[in-house]
Amino acid sequence: MSDKLVAQASSLPVEPERYELFAAPVYDFTITRRDFFKILGGGLVVLCLLDDALAQGRGGGRGFGGAAPQEISAWLHIGEDGTVTVYTGKVEVGQNARTSLTQVVAEELRAPLSSVRVLMADTDLVPFDAGTFGSRTTPDMVPRLRRAAAAARESLLDLAAEQWKVERGTLLVADGKVHHPPTNRAITFGELTKGQKLMKSIGGDVPLTPAERWKVIGQSIPKVNGQDLVTGKHKFSSDIKRPGMWFGKVLRPPSFGAMLVAVDTQAAEAMGVTVVRDGNFVGVAAPTEHLAAKALSAIRAEWNASPQPSGKELFEYLKKNAVPPPPSPAIEEGLAAADIRLERTYTIAYIAHAPLEPRAAVAEWNEGKLTVWVGTQRPFGVRSDVARAFGIPESQVRVIVPDTGSGYGGKHTVEAATEAARLAQAARRPVKVVWTREEEFTWAYFRPAGVIEVRSGVKKDGTLTAWDFHNYNSGGSAIRPLYDIPHQRSEFHQTRSPLRQGSYRALAATANHFARETHIDELAHAVGMDPLAFRLKNLKDERLRAVLTAAAERFGWGKSKQSEGHGFGIAGGFEKGSYVATCAEVQVTHRQVKVMRLVTAFECGAVINPDHLRNQIEGCLMMGIGGALFEAVRFENGTILNPRFSAYRVPRFVDTPAMEVVLLDRKDLPSVGAGETPIVAVAPAIGNAIFDATGERRRTMPMV
Amino acid sequence: MKTIQLHINGVKRSVDTDPERTLLSVLRDDLDLTGAKYGCGEGQCGACTVLVDGQPVRSCHVRVEAVAGKQITTIEGLTQNGQLHPLQRAFLELDAMQCGYCTPGMILSGVALLANNPHPSETEIVRFMNGNICRCGTYPRIIAAIRRAAQMMKGGAR
Ligand code: FES
Ligand code: FES
Repeated sequence: MSDKLVAQASSLPVEPERYELFAAPVYDFTITRRDFFKILGGGLVVLCLLDDALAQGRGGGRGFGGAAPQEISAWLHIGEDGTVTVYTGKVEVGQNARTSLTQVVAEELRAPLSSVRVLMADTDLVPFDAGTFGSRTTPDMVPRLRRAAAAARESLLDLAAEQWKVERGTLLVADGKVHHPPTNRAITFGELTKGQKLMKSIGGDVPLTPAERWKVIGQSIPKVNGQDLVTGKHKFSSDIKRPGMWFGKVLRPPSFGAMLVAVDTQAAEAMGVTVVRDGNFVGVAAPTEHLAAKALSAIRAEWNASPQPSGKELFEYLKKNAVPPPPSPAIEEGLAAADIRLERTYTIAYIAHAPLEPRAAVAEWNEGKLTVWVGTQRPFGVRSDVARAFGIPESQVRVIVPDTGSGYGGKHTVEAATEAARLAQAARRPVKVVWTREEEFTWAYFRPAGVIEVRSGVKKDGTLTAWDFHNYNSGGSAIRPLYDIPHQRSEFHQTRSPLRQGSYRALAATANHFARETHIDELAHAVGMDPLAFRLKNLKDERLRAVLTAAAERFGWGKSKQSEGHGFGIAGGFEKGSYVATCAEVQVTHRQVKVMRLVTAFECGAVINPDHLRNQIEGCLMMGIGGALFEAVRFENGTILNPRFSAYRVPRFVDTPAMEVVLLDRKDLPSVGAGETPIVAVAPAIGNAIFDATGERRRTMPMV
Repeated sequence: MKTIQLHINGVKRSVDTDPERTLLSVLRDDLDLTGAKYGCGEGQCGACTVLVDGQPVRSCHVRVEAVAGKQITTIEGLTQNGQLHPLQRAFLELDAMQCGYCTPGMILSGVALLANNPHPSETEIVRFMNGNICRCGTYPRIIAAIRRAAQMMKGGAR
């Protein structure tokens, strides 16, 4: 198993955006009805089947340790005490999915919010789920759970009709009870399900409550477990304590790519700790974290380092290792038709997610079965990573994800899980591994850096004629413009990344919007048009026009007067089914940029929880300010130069601008996710505002 | 190893420990007071904030020995007789959190601010709280929550 563990621990690059394509798990056993009731207890179970379209693209779902029929995505259980429990593989990382899922189930079941419990991301109890990313929880899980809850409601009506021998049509469900108004009778869900072992599976055909009758969906329900967070009661993975647990630390190479040549662990071993050397993996476990750290620093290791690319050559490096795009006659034709042509290059730095809770895991072995508590966005992915590292079946690994100290796309891999498991195996007791901030800044993965080259043409009257857009490395998300351009090409080019990179909130949509919406601004100025008018002239998409207009209106675009040193900027876009536009006001003094005000209009279909949506949008705006203005990972020859909050600046209280959020609630459209897209227009809006204030164009992220 | 007397949340606790260890690690690992979080270990994020004699302190940076005999308040000790502190209530009312990992440190820092300055202006809040990071970016809500708690406390709420 040693070489397997090495493969796991070494940092293989995660390709940006390919991360969503996971192969189906290997096992496909079927779960019996009896198994369900054994595990969940008596009552009523509704299994949610994936509809065909979804099942095909995804490799299907399984659960109970790889033991459920493949098309199941979630299940809902009403216990004999009336408690409604929903089982889903989604995780809670601060996006408030726990609350929104509770809401939709309570709505369809006509049950009090307090009677609904959402059990998330325990791989022994929930059906397979590829992970919580790509803003899929709302568009995928919400409709499924609504259908499951609606089907459960129908079953409860059947049960009551049978029990009371009355016409089903004379019954109604409200407040967690079935009522029979003609006789003034009512019966609770618990009373109805008592002694039952009813199982039902449902597909896509269950009628849902129409939007105009929603009572709970669309309401600003407070975070369902907020009380546990404000009192410190909630246990994050890093807070889990098991009987006899020790603390683990892992020896890190001095630079990326360095290989272990020799190691002397004698001094460490003399401290009464467990030391593990397994291939390139060296770690210690000790009764306290302090002692583990002490023992780790007593280990003498010799490494063989190889030269690595450095930050100062990054953009050349990315270009050099890519295949240049072929000439395009169509683009040349578009350019020839233009009065003005522009050619510009934009660059995007690597940035770190820096979730406030670093990677953390507690591992415990019990008779060959491993349980890991770990903060991750991919519980089943981590389960297979760990199983593979130890060469054991996935059914021998249980991954439990407590609500986690955020992720932002940064916790798809959590190596701490494998590390803790390896140390626990050697120490013969549970072990906790919590990465230090420095480890998190160094050994996690980064948002891809990128170079974006744009050539464009526009007529004097502001009509776009050509658009040739090439993104090197950062990714293909939202790469195509929504503007009407007769001759256009937008391509993502893979290249080699000097640093390990992977998913990040909104992926490359931020980079692509930055380049596109900055370039559009440059074109507007080149033809002497107002940037908003220029956009609207070249845009037919009604939903994008609506957010641009709404943001501009609330901001007072074209009306408010600027004070000295202030500038206004606008940007808009579309990604993952939702539309966003942001207007920014900045103040520039002595090259210092302060974002004074951000107004964002957002549309993501029907809104489930307006206040939590606003919270997500505000969070995106705050986080977007960091990437726009100052966040950048600096590196040299395989080492990170700023792996600390004192050296890597993240947005803080002083950076908080005045913020206004305009929600365009489209009850007629299905709800889509909203935790990512609001970030994409922040940087270009700020950059355009800086230009407005100073006449200087910023084409790099970060901009100062 | 050394025996150290700590006064935590009004209770005397004695711990046998290496006196070099941080207060944060003793609170979390020995006393099961996991409300204080590790975020950076270098005094830069405020996730580990606890009150020592009423002042906000970065427990990741304090040796446990240094606080022997002093009054320590952690988030677990802020609720009195089952009653949430007004700032805890304000955080709930305004949903001033996302993942909630920064929340205990934010609340304790905010409590210290309000104790020193019952009616802080927005500028004063920003200045006092600037050492606390919320990576989820809920700053505007936290500012609003501190202001709301100030209002509530003016009305005599504790
Ligand atoms: S953990 Fe103490 S300040 Fe960050
Ligand atoms: S709520 Fe996540 S760090 Fe503040």
